This record gives sequence, C-alpha cells and structure tokens, in this order.
Amino acid sequence: MRPIPQGTSLAGPGPVTVLSGTSSDSHTWNLVFLQLLLEEAGHRVDNVGPCVPDDLLVDRVRAQEPRLLVVSSVNGHGYEDGLRMITALRAAPGTAGVTAVIGGKLGVDGALAPDRVRDLRDAGFDEVFADGDAGAFRGYLERLVLEAAS
Amino acid sequence: MTRDDLPDTDAFGSFVAREHARGRLVVQPRMGFGDPRRMRAGLAATRAADAASVGTITLDSYTRVGDNASARRAVLAGTDLNGYPIVARPPEQTREVLAGLAGPDFPVQVRHGSAAPQEIFRSLLRAGLTATEGGPVSYCLPYGRTPLERSVANWREGAAILAAHAEDGRSAHVETFGGCMLGQLCPPGMLVALSLLEGMFFLQHGIRGISLSYAQQTSPAQDREAIRALRRLASEFLGGARWHVVLYTYMGLFPRTPGGARSLLRQAARTAVEAGAERVIVKTEAEAHRIPTIGENVRALEIAARAAEETRPAAGGDPDSDVYLEARALLSAVLEHSDDIGTGLLRAFSRGHLDIPYCLHPDNAGRVRSRIGDDGHLRWADTGSLPLPPVAHRSGAVTSADLISTLSYMERRHDSGAAPVPERNG
Repeated sequence: MRPIPQGTSLAGPGPVTVLSGTSSDSHTWNLVFLQLLLEEAGHRVDNVGPCVPDDLLVDRVRAQEPRLLVVSSVNGHGYEDGLRMITALRAAPGTAGVTAVIGGKLGVDGALAPDRVRDLRDAGFDEVFADGDAGAFRGYLERLVLEAAS
Repeated sequence: MTRDDLPDTDAFGSFVAREHARGRLVVQPRMGFGDPRRMRAGLAATRAADAASVGTITLDSYTRVGDNASARRAVLAGTDLNGYPIVARPPEQTREVLAGLAGPDFPVQVRHGSAAPQEIFRSLLRAGLTATEGGPVSYCLPYGRTPLERSVANWREGAAILAAHAEDGRSAHVETFGGCMLGQLCPPGMLVALSLLEGMFFLQHGIRGISLSYAQQTSPAQDREAIRALRRLASEFLGGARWHVVLYTYMGLFPRTPGGARSLLRQAARTAVEAGAERVIVKTEAEAHRIPTIGENVRALEIAARAAEETRPAAGGDPDSDVYLEARALLSAVLEHSDDIGTGLLRAFSRGHLDIPYCLHPDNAGRVRSRIGDDGHLRWADTGSLPLPPVAHRSGAVTSADLISTLSYMERRHDSGAAPVPERNG
C-alpha cells in the first residue's frame, strides 16, 4: 500500500520535481492531486505545500535543482503572485534556468485574459495552464519525458 | 441550548438565540470585496434579504497571511482583492462601510483564515465589530506554513485581545473553524472533536460567546449524528459559555450546475433544522466557478431560508452514536495530555493522537486515511495512531483518479440529480 501523499516522495534516483502553492494561496487539494498525478507520470515530488513565500521557493529550487517546477494557484491571486514569484526565480543566482510552469484559477474572475497569460510567459513561465486542464498538463509531462530522452 | 442566565452582551449570539426561539434558521454568506463601496453594498443586500440573515466581511488573502504591505499596495493601486483588507484600511473607513447597517438586528462577523490573528482582531474591534471566527488548529494546519506551536501562541494572544474588550460592555463572539478541516474527507468524529476543543480553548481564554462549526459532509444521516454529538459534547464540556452550532454548506468540490448547487444547499438547510443547528453558512450557484456576486449570495440566503421553513426539527437519534463515541475518545485523549487545551492539542498532534487525513502541514502526523463508504458515510480507512480501533480491511493505493473521484462524490451526486443514498434512521 502506498502511503498517503505527505509532503514528499523523495526516495529513489533521478531529478526531483518541486511542486508549490503561491505565497497567498492556502489551498491544498490541488497540491495533493498534482503530487499524485506527477508521481503517476514518473516524477519524484517535493511538495512544498500551500502559502509558500517567494524566498522559500527560491531556496528550495536552488537546493533541489529540480528538472521541473510546478506552481499551482486557485485563490484568484495567481497572476500577481505568479508574476512576482517567477521574477524572483529568474533573477536569483542558481535558479534562473529552472523549467517552470503555472496553472489553476489564476484570476479573481476565473479564467485569465490572453494578455495576462502572455505576461506570465514573458516574465519567465515556460507554460501556463488553465483551470481544469489536467489533460494538457499530462500531455506536457509526456513531451518533457520525450525531450529529456532525445 | 443557549444559557439565558448570562449577560446579554454578545450581540452575535443574542441575535442567533432570538431568531432560533422564533423558529428561524439564521443564514449567512461568505462575502468579501476589496472595494469599500462594494463591501457596503454586499452587506446592505445581505441585510435586505428575505431571511434571518447576518452579515459577513471576508478578508483578502494578503491580510490573512499578514502581508499587509501587499494589501496596502493593492488598495493604493486600485487592484482587485479577493476580500476586504480590514488591517490595511483605516478603522473610520470600515465604520463607514458598516454605518446604519450593522447593529443588534444585523450583526456582522469578520471571517479571515489567519494563524496570526492579533492585528486582525485589533482592527475589527477598532471598527466596532466583535464577532469573528477561526481557531489555533483549524486556521493553521490546513492552510499555511505557520508551526502549530506558533499558531497556538498567536491564538492565545488573539483570544486575550478579544476577551479584554468585553470589559467595556460588548463581549466578543468567536466561532470555531475546527468543524471544517480541509473541507472534505475528514471523518465527522474528528471534526466534532476539533470544533469542540477549539471552543474549549476559547472559553479557557475568556471568550464566553462561542459558536461551534461543523461542515456538511457526504451523508445527511451522518451529518445529523455529528450535529447532535457536537451539541451533547458542548453541553457536557462548555459550561459557562453561551453557544450555538453553525453548519457550513459543503466545503468540498461543489456541484457545477445551478440545480446541483441548489440541491446541496437545500440539503444543508434541512440537515441544520432537523438536527437543531441554529445557523447555516451558505454556498452559491457560482461556487464551483468563481467568487460569487452579491446577487448570487442573496439568492443562496433566500433558498436556504425557504428550505429551512419547510423543515421540522427531528427528535431522537442515538445519543451514543458512532460520531459521538469517536469524538469523545479523541477529546479524552487530548485532555489526558493536558487540562490546558492549547498544550493538549500540541501534544496530541505531535504523537498522532490527532491527525488530519491529506493534510500536508509538517506538524500533522499524516498516518491516517479516510474513505467514503457504500452508504455515503465518511469513515477512517486507516486510523494511524489515533486512539480509535484499527480498521479491519484497509483499501489499496490512492491514484490521482481515485482522489478526484472521491473529492467529487457530492458534485456528481447533486449534479446528476441522484436521490440521496438511502438513510438510516437517526
């Protein structure tokens, strides 16, 4: 029996995927679900949990050197919090090159307008996923595996 | 079961007791806007609803985590916030939001979600408000990174700030959030125990106006057992307090269709009346999609009020129900650790004697699991180190698909228009 997801699944070889909420977002179920989904796609997951301040995330990414950073936000502040978070990561030594994606309910009014999605990409996110788009996220993870193997 | 021999200074509790005596279920929205004019409009609309309504000011996420600098920046820049920034705005402005609306016939509660509530409590008192909610466990473990020990210390200070205010004649009212814990998949015995323990914590720190929360779960029959268990335990352990029970409409993944959302909301109102809860916090048809509008909130208040009017209290139920016995065992384990509730909570969590399924917080043991039974009852799949009997047949590994299926159990039932699972008596 596999234990319940609890923080991390770090045993075993290979690079880690860091999974994180944003600084103001207290939601947890999205992170529990994404940990399971990532593990099923073969990732070892360091689940940092909810309400992660930018500097804590920068430290964690620097320490873990993850192959992927997944940021999830569903409280409506994902646009602002995500912009600040990725700007900090891209500016900090040792974390600027990390592959980073964000997804969830990113705006107070639900879906994010196209120009705001562009802002998040311009600030440094490699991909931006809409709420409920687990299919697109799984597809992205598959492509990531193929790219790593090629 | 309110205590009428206590001085009638807790405006929130007095209003609820009065409406309950008139046979009316009190209904309340979750509502918070960054813009003061919109916040005032929301309170005015809540007050004007055709229901025994109380008002809510829900705070924004920045204020909740103590990032008042970001809240102030958003106020100055005119950026949309997901709630009202009560600390970042001057008390005079909050008083203007409330002027002519808040009073004995329309109490207003501040909802926040903070593990460090001291500044929030000072701000709400300065604005003339006295009702709020939360708890040292329920606003720490599910949501953030604050160590539990720090949260307990913060909440001791917070409760003292509120209790000290009682000296000028208007005492505070605090609602426990312990009956919610991650919103879903926490078995009712644990929810009842934590709600009561947070109520006892408040009472030990001088708060005498208390409401005990319980969040609607997956079975109406089990929810009635839980509310009755909470009432029985409160009458046993909260002597000296004036208390009532508040039921939260389902806090998990919500039905996506308007019909499904209304169905679940009506079920909450019926369960509350049947089992004797005095107040319900509603959810709207927009719940699954976005922050609701003022109009959607008012409609939800009125839907809940109409459903309550069509329901009669249901006497009976087994006083020694499974939920009661389980909650009592958990409560006793905490009291064995210490008579001081805050200390007892810390020791119990550190040993896994209290443990919340699927909670990622480092101070949660994480040895327990839960599942939904064929009868719709929420049960333990693994009791870990809890002072409860071990589970005979453990289930296998949880996949992401299993998790979504379990999390969306109520969404599916109510969106598909399925009749509730056949109920046991009780």
